[in-house]
Amino acid sequence: MKALLLKAFPVDGDDFFRKASWASAGLIAVLMFALLISLVTGAWPALEKFGLGFFTSTEWNPVTKNFGAANALYGTLVSSVIAVALALPVGIGVAIFLSELCPKWLSKPLSIAIELLAAVPSIIYGMWGLFVFAPWFSGGFQIWAGEHLADLPVIGNFFSGPPMGVGLLTSGIILAFMILPILTSLIKEALSTVPGVLREATYGIGATQYEVIAKVLLPAIKGPIFGALILALGRALGETMAITFVIGGAQSIEMSLFMPATSISATIAEQFNEATGDIHIASLIGLGLVLFLITFIVMGTARVLLRRNRQ
Amino acid sequence: MIMRKVKNVFFKGFCVCSTLLGLGVLVVILATLFEKGMAGMSWSLFTEVTPGPGGEGGLANAIMGSLIMTALGILLATPIGVLAGTWLAEFGQHSKTADIIRFLNGMLMSAPSILIGLFVYQLVVVFMGHFSGWAGSIALAIIALPIIISTTEEMLKLVPRNLREAGAGLGTPRWKVIVSLCYRSVGTGIVTGILLSVARISGETAPLLFTALNSSFMTLNPNEPMANLPVTIYQFAMSPYDSWNQLAWSGALLITMAILALNVLSRALPQLKKRRS
Repeated sequence: MKALLLKAFPVDGDDFFRKASWASAGLIAVLMFALLISLVTGAWPALEKFGLGFFTSTEWNPVTKNFGAANALYGTLVSSVIAVALALPVGIGVAIFLSELCPKWLSKPLSIAIELLAAVPSIIYGMWGLFVFAPWFSGGFQIWAGEHLADLPVIGNFFSGPPMGVGLLTSGIILAFMILPILTSLIKEALSTVPGVLREATYGIGATQYEVIAKVLLPAIKGPIFGALILALGRALGETMAITFVIGGAQSIEMSLFMPATSISATIAEQFNEATGDIHIASLIGLGLVLFLITFIVMGTARVLLRRNRQ
Repeated sequence: MIMRKVKNVFFKGFCVCSTLLGLGVLVVILATLFEKGMAGMSWSLFTEVTPGPGGEGGLANAIMGSLIMTALGILLATPIGVLAGTWLAEFGQHSKTADIIRFLNGMLMSAPSILIGLFVYQLVVVFMGHFSGWAGSIALAIIALPIIISTTEEMLKLVPRNLREAGAGLGTPRWKVIVSLCYRSVGTGIVTGILLSVARISGETAPLLFTALNSSFMTLNPNEPMANLPVTIYQFAMSPYDSWNQLAWSGALLITMAILALNVLSRALPQLKKRRS
């Protein structure tokens, strides 16, 4: 039977396997290309109607059917930059503790625990952020900041406004927790590539741990740290559910980091199913296209940087 | 000299505090989930379907829908992912095409999941004319795919040359060498990658919002809008009803425990295998 089948369908196993695996690999390229095409075609009615103004307009009005991406873009960028600024020093601290300071037997379980932070789903961060973190944050830091920081020149503007708990700063902090594990693991990996001789030599001339780490190790891995930073930024830009819970969902741009705002992903998540008509949907997909372009550029840069450093 | 020592102590203190902060957040999140989620743990959570506004009920349909869609997603992604990873490791290797595909795979892995949702909405939902469990599964499969591809590739690279040469020396066709020797020797690693992608997709909410939508009925047919845990948690958590909020917390506890367990299992698997052999 088998011989008969083979005679009827002369299949070269090797050839078939090679072609099937090639087709599967090629599918990735097709998917990425199709993703871009679908975003462009889906967004086209909005781009056609609003032109380049779509990217700069702060109008987002389903009633008058005028849509612009600026509010969401602002919220996305500001919350992500806050997240990276907060997570970077902490991530470096954790990475140094785990790979240089703490005893070997403790390092492994602690590393796993930190990595588990990345496994917690985005929506859980959102719920925790909204129901636990935000009330605590508004009652503590925001009230304190309102009394002590709001009157300072320039930076006071960032910390004025009602202590509502949700808003840009809260989103940034929640995002910082979410990107901490990736930053830590990339910096730890970079630290492990620094040759041991370098450490020994510096300890040998009587340097303290601080001096070895701050003056020898960290400068040696500047490149990979920068790559990790960009990669973490890319993660933060695309986060959806956590942000949707805590950013406040207000289509506006305010100086104060305490005020509710919105992000690209939160706007899409909140409005897509309740969109009022085709141009609204097209504008939401347009926001998606903007997000795709930013993350593609950011992530591409990070990958190139990290790869160059590895070589 | 004293200045140097003080600096050193402060620096170490900062590193310790950073680590405690990171661990503290994990502990606080888990503690919150247990505290708020345990209150709603009961049999009815697993046997009754989601209630109407303010009513009593369980999450049976959401749990079932999530299991079905995750399973379908993984079934779709695994063969394609393993084959694609095989091509990168065995046939493409250092070619320009393989480099491009690796790059695109990395980009797909880091593409925001909500964009995958928008993509599948336009590709499947608009085409079929309605939301469906299939659309949700396809979205989840696209998210799982790059993870499976890169772990498969990494694992196959670990297979020693001798093993391949020994197989080829016996006159075995290449595909048989790959399937019966290479896959078998690094199978646990590939399974680990698949488990990690299950963990990753089972908590995904954003891509399901407008592909599978949600449903308050027990739906076993993937051709209809399908109930699922993440979107139910999202809707119930944001609702003004106490009973819905309680279900959201219980669901959140369930899903997080399942995902953490999968993560720990995927880490333990290679070690278990090593100990046995």
